[in-house]
Amino acid sequence: MITPFSILWLQAGSCGGCTMSALAADDVGLVRALARFGIRLLWHPSLSEETGAEALSILEDAATGRVRVDALCVEGAALTGPNGTGRFQIMSGTGKPVTQWIKAIAAHARHVVAVGSCAAFGGIPAGETNPTDAVALQYGDNSLLGADFRGQAGLPVINVAGCAPHPGWLVESLAELALSDRCALDSLGRPRAFADHLAHHGCGRNEFYEFKASAARPSDRGCLMENLGCKATQAPGDCNIRRWNGHGSCTDGGYACINCTSPGFQDPGAPFTETAKVAGIPVGLPVDMPKAWFIALAALSKSATPKRVRANAHADHVIIPPARLPSKQS
Amino acid sequence: MSPSSTRLIIGPFNRVEGDLEVTLELSAGQVQSARVTAPLYRGFEQILAGRPPEDALVIAPRICGICSVSQSVAAARAIAAIAGAGMPDNGRLVTDLVLAAENAADHLTHFVLFFMPDFARPLYAGRPWFETARRRFAAEGGQTAQTLVPARARFLHLMGLLAGKWPHSLALQPGGVTKGVDSGERIRLLAILADFRAALETTLFADRLETIAALDSVAALHSWSAAAAWDQGDFRLFLHIADDLGLERLGRGPNRFLSHGSFGLWPAGIVAEGVAAPFLPRHVSEDLTSAWMEGPTQPDADKDGAYSWCKAPRLEGRSFETGALARHLVAGDPLARALGANGGTVLARVVLRLIELARLVIAMEGWTKQIRPGEPFCVESPLPLRGSGFGLVEAARGALSHRLTLEGGSIREYAIIAPTTWNFSPRDATGNPGPLEQALEGATLQAGETTPIAVQHIVRSFDPCMVCTVH
Repeated sequence: MITPFSILWLQAGSCGGCTMSALAADDVGLVRALARFGIRLLWHPSLSEETGAEALSILEDAATGRVRVDALCVEGAALTGPNGTGRFQIMSGTGKPVTQWIKAIAAHARHVVAVGSCAAFGGIPAGETNPTDAVALQYGDNSLLGADFRGQAGLPVINVAGCAPHPGWLVESLAELALSDRCALDSLGRPRAFADHLAHHGCGRNEFYEFKASAARPSDRGCLMENLGCKATQAPGDCNIRRWNGHGSCTDGGYACINCTSPGFQDPGAPFTETAKVAGIPVGLPVDMPKAWFIALAALSKSATPKRVRANAHADHVIIPPARLPSKQS
Repeated sequence: MSPSSTRLIIGPFNRVEGDLEVTLELSAGQVQSARVTAPLYRGFEQILAGRPPEDALVIAPRICGICSVSQSVAAARAIAAIAGAGMPDNGRLVTDLVLAAENAADHLTHFVLFFMPDFARPLYAGRPWFETARRRFAAEGGQTAQTLVPARARFLHLMGLLAGKWPHSLALQPGGVTKGVDSGERIRLLAILADFRAALETTLFADRLETIAALDSVAALHSWSAAAAWDQGDFRLFLHIADDLGLERLGRGPNRFLSHGSFGLWPAGIVAEGVAAPFLPRHVSEDLTSAWMEGPTQPDADKDGAYSWCKAPRLEGRSFETGALARHLVAGDPLARALGANGGTVLARVVLRLIELARLVIAMEGWTKQIRPGEPFCVESPLPLRGSGFGLVEAARGALSHRLTLEGGSIREYAIIAPTTWNFSPRDATGNPGPLEQALEGATLQAGETTPIAVQHIVRSFDPCMVCTVH
């Protein structure tokens, strides 16, 4: 018999998209996906029966430690404005800012999980000009819980980043906590189970990447890195290995990876879907590749590009199917 | 507040998308007046200002995780309006498929997870239908959710195929879509739709989608409902419960309806007190009287007399209800006109949402067959440095508008009015309540209730999306 592992879920300055993504977890839904690991929802703003006074009593019990919270899941950025009051988000029915509730419950929780890039790093609400003084739970200088925060089990905030995160990242991180009370994290607090990969791994456009046969316009089949802003070679995530909503991914959907699992993704400094370049060379090269080698290999592979790959890179469907080169002898 | 009245504040109000607080003035077991508070402000209109216009395609969908595609389409249409861009047929078909998939999935999520679990509460234990309702709709474990949540997840494979993922895709562009569909993918889309149809026909409707889509009068609805036992399918169970509880009288809205029109299936327009007229975006204004806003994008948390972050959109000074009922009523659908004859009700809103779900899936099958692999899905749409345009969409829960103004090649102003901004707006300068505030007046409380169930039915019948509301 597995000991029940209780989750309390709060929505801070969020769009609710992390919940919506999680609702399709493993094609069975969040509740069933978690139940397999003995994880139950103490309360969730979208899914639980309790509303109003009944919901409030659960939150109060959690904030005073009267009820055990194994994981406090926070979706959304902590809105600390205006002027440090937190009044950009008052927890309805309580008159108190959501930031206060998060702090109070986090103080008793065995683990604190930041669901999505807003909670993990600030995300879109923290984008320039950050009108609500949105901050992360535990990233950057002004985080809500501070750099020294540790959950009761001793871990820092677990940053299940992504906008929205893959439901599998969330379910598996929570399952790992339920099973082992631990979770291997990278230097930014992201579970290594997904953060040790790059979104580029398994990209369906791999042949176009290899030959630097690049898309020029939306709907072209070519590689999105050179012109259309794709950051998959720098972005942590197993997006193209495990796939989204069945068999999808951003790059398969025909558009750039915007590195949504990383801090600051919301302010790329250039349009999201244009590749920033200096002297014709993309600024954001693969994460750990020497620049000179990249340029040399790119030049070489461009000169070796088969006609088929070049033609198909600039079309929205296959113009020339793969075939052996005609034999030189007739 | 008169001496005999009391005030009741309800929150956290869950099973709505986002944050909501409702304050009721009660007297003699009835709601005398209601104030609806949207307690979350994030400042998307401020965040969008100054950015390159195409960045709206990344930022705007992230206003909302449940209307993400609707926000994408509105942004793309606002850009297209400025660029003067058209769209190839394939681009339009795929855009419509992705938007319809979101609307259909949202309708299902609302019914199964947000709205129906209220009938499974112990409060109703004395009703003859209670055990059935509890078995099927108890939050976090009802049989219907066990079946239809997985069906919804598999239906969203359509998003994986066409939009890469859901929510928050970049596939929807001013000139079409980024993803071409080949002949094999077209077949896979039809397979996904066939599975979803089967799930709806088995569990939700216990009948053919075509039969549900053809229900065109109150008499037809009653006779369909009576043609089988009341527990045959979840739609019939709902009609049975609605009949028992009088949901056709509960939550009467302002009898003014607004639709931006959608898919070429339902035209744009308004119907005010039974009179139809065209919808003109320039007649819409946002009243800030009760909003913690000192200007269209300047928050002021200390503003006197304000009680919500939500602005109050008004069309020539009047509040309007929007949503599936409004879409059908504006389109002249006879059942919608009958059920909403004196204003929307809990019954009317839910019935038209489910009938629309059936109609959407049928339409999606047709659009998928019309896709022509090998022909273009997207055209480029270069933007001028300045200009202004509207992007009008129907999200699942109603009319969504983006007004984009460019100057010097970047966004000067971005103004968003979401469906629930209309439905859950606060009082305006003349003191007129928003549609929900009006619909709550007269709701009755049962003895000892701290969170009145009638109020919950009314609030959830609008399928509110609070994150869109304030943005």
